Amino acid sequence: MHTSEFRPLDVERIRKDFPIFATEPPLAFLDNAASTQTARPVVDAMDAYYDTYRSNIHRGIYQISEQATAEYERAREKVAQLINAPRTRQIIFTRNTTESINLVAHSWGNANIREGDEIVLTVMEHHSNLVPWQLLAQRTGAVLRFLEITDEGLLDFTQLRDLLTEKTKLVAMGHVSNVLGTINPIQSVIEAAHAVGAKVVVDAAQSVPHFHVDVQQLDCDFLAFSGHKMCGPTGIGVLYGKLELLEEMPPFLGGGSMIRAVARDVSTYADLPAKFEAGTPSIAEAIGLGHAVDYITQANLAAIQVHEQELLKYAHHRLKEIEGITLYGPSAPHQKAGVISFNIEGVHPHDVAGILDTHGVAIRAGHHCAQLLMKRFDVIATARASFYLYNTVEDVDRLYEGLCRAQKLMIRRK
Amino acid sequence: MNIYQEELLDHYENPSNYGTLPNPDISHEEDNPLCGDQIRIDLLVKDDKIKEVRFSGHGCTISLAAASMLTEKIAGKSLDEVKQLTKDDMLDMVGIPLGPVRIKCALLPLKVLKAGAYGINCWPGEEDE
Repeated sequence: MHTSEFRPLDVERIRKDFPIFATEPPLAFLDNAASTQTARPVVDAMDAYYDTYRSNIHRGIYQISEQATAEYERAREKVAQLINAPRTRQIIFTRNTTESINLVAHSWGNANIREGDEIVLTVMEHHSNLVPWQLLAQRTGAVLRFLEITDEGLLDFTQLRDLLTEKTKLVAMGHVSNVLGTINPIQSVIEAAHAVGAKVVVDAAQSVPHFHVDVQQLDCDFLAFSGHKMCGPTGIGVLYGKLELLEEMPPFLGGGSMIRAVARDVSTYADLPAKFEAGTPSIAEAIGLGHAVDYITQANLAAIQVHEQELLKYAHHRLKEIEGITLYGPSAPHQKAGVISFNIEGVHPHDVAGILDTHGVAIRAGHHCAQLLMKRFDVIATARASFYLYNTVEDVDRLYEGLCRAQKLMIRRK
Repeated sequence: MNIYQEELLDHYENPSNYGTLPNPDISHEEDNPLCGDQIRIDLLVKDDKIKEVRFSGHGCTISLAAASMLTEKIAGKSLDEVKQLTKDDMLDMVGIPLGPVRIKCALLPLKVLKAGAYGINCWPGEEDE
């Protein structure tokens, strides 16, 4: 689904859809890589479900249940269109990216990974795309291999050829680093992985919300992302998988909705996507996600990307003025999404975030669920600002001013 | 009250009892996995009293200032008295309101002390949970 004509974001109008920015001065919310704000139309759609057609989906023989089912399935169609999935039933609703990846690790992993098989990851993975594979390796005796990164935070491709062998059964990697913002050239990794017969899982939690991702163009085998990082609610995530893989895979969780027929000892399972959606799902949240997809596509993903690039360039430019600052990640903006990680010499990142908070600027400080990466850069933690469609140049200015104040407060004494 | 008030910053800038002891009777170190802050406390104990105390490590203003305040408080006290120190005592010393994340920064030094001296391994305030 390619949107034709480019028009820049009307940020002022967009901000009106987020009541949290109505205060004066407005909250400078720069923690979007963790979770974004929820757009008003998304909340309205969820309210409409709760207020006017609240009911369980699928087997209700009455009007509001049929409506709920239709809205839930309409959300799936919207998600399929967003990432250009060939078939709507290739979209599985989960709780979040983490659950999507765990689903693959258990269902596909248990059935296909054997002792001595190799799983290739990168050192920039979020724990959600690392720990499930560690657990799978412990269950099966598989071996984890890691693609290293350069000092600039780019994948070291010289190493890839040696890492990928006929032993490689799976490559799992993030599309965009949640710490460095690095946009990984996953398409070439996918090609190289397929050349040795390995499958590829893409953690797209930081990419799908910010630019157009096309699963057919990428040719990835699985792709996972979360609703709460794209103006949607918490509690809803997505797993996309290739049809033949999803069809072969055994169920992940057992229960209602995922069965065809149940006998005492065995059951037969429902077709996709129901096979992987045991129990009553997050109905309101799925409907909300559908509206979040509408919201960001109407705003236009290409325009969102351009807007974030402009904020990123401006933030780089301003933050570089600060003495003693270290910026992590690629310096070329086209290799980087709207995430900026940094440390200021002599100021602990927690203090940076704490002082910014007293000035109405919300950023994150810590290891960002990426401890391998912290080790790689030999830091305990970083401070991180991350942008989305509603952020402004003023937000960046307030970040800059807050950092100057923090530095003055903490370093004046040394 | 601002989180970064003078008293706290003074402790951060000029911490009391910073360093290590050559032959401590008790030495214990822990980190807070949430933020990587790391505190070590060394104690010299004589006749059941804390004769000398030092702390070392790295962390944010709150955890280092809290460690400095705690070591001032316990120097010369008996091990029994020190064992009675609670989460609230520690937060009173720090003296500023803290959210749920930063509270752990303030409590880390007391946690290290109690784990090292008495083998109490939980976060202060969570003993009965």
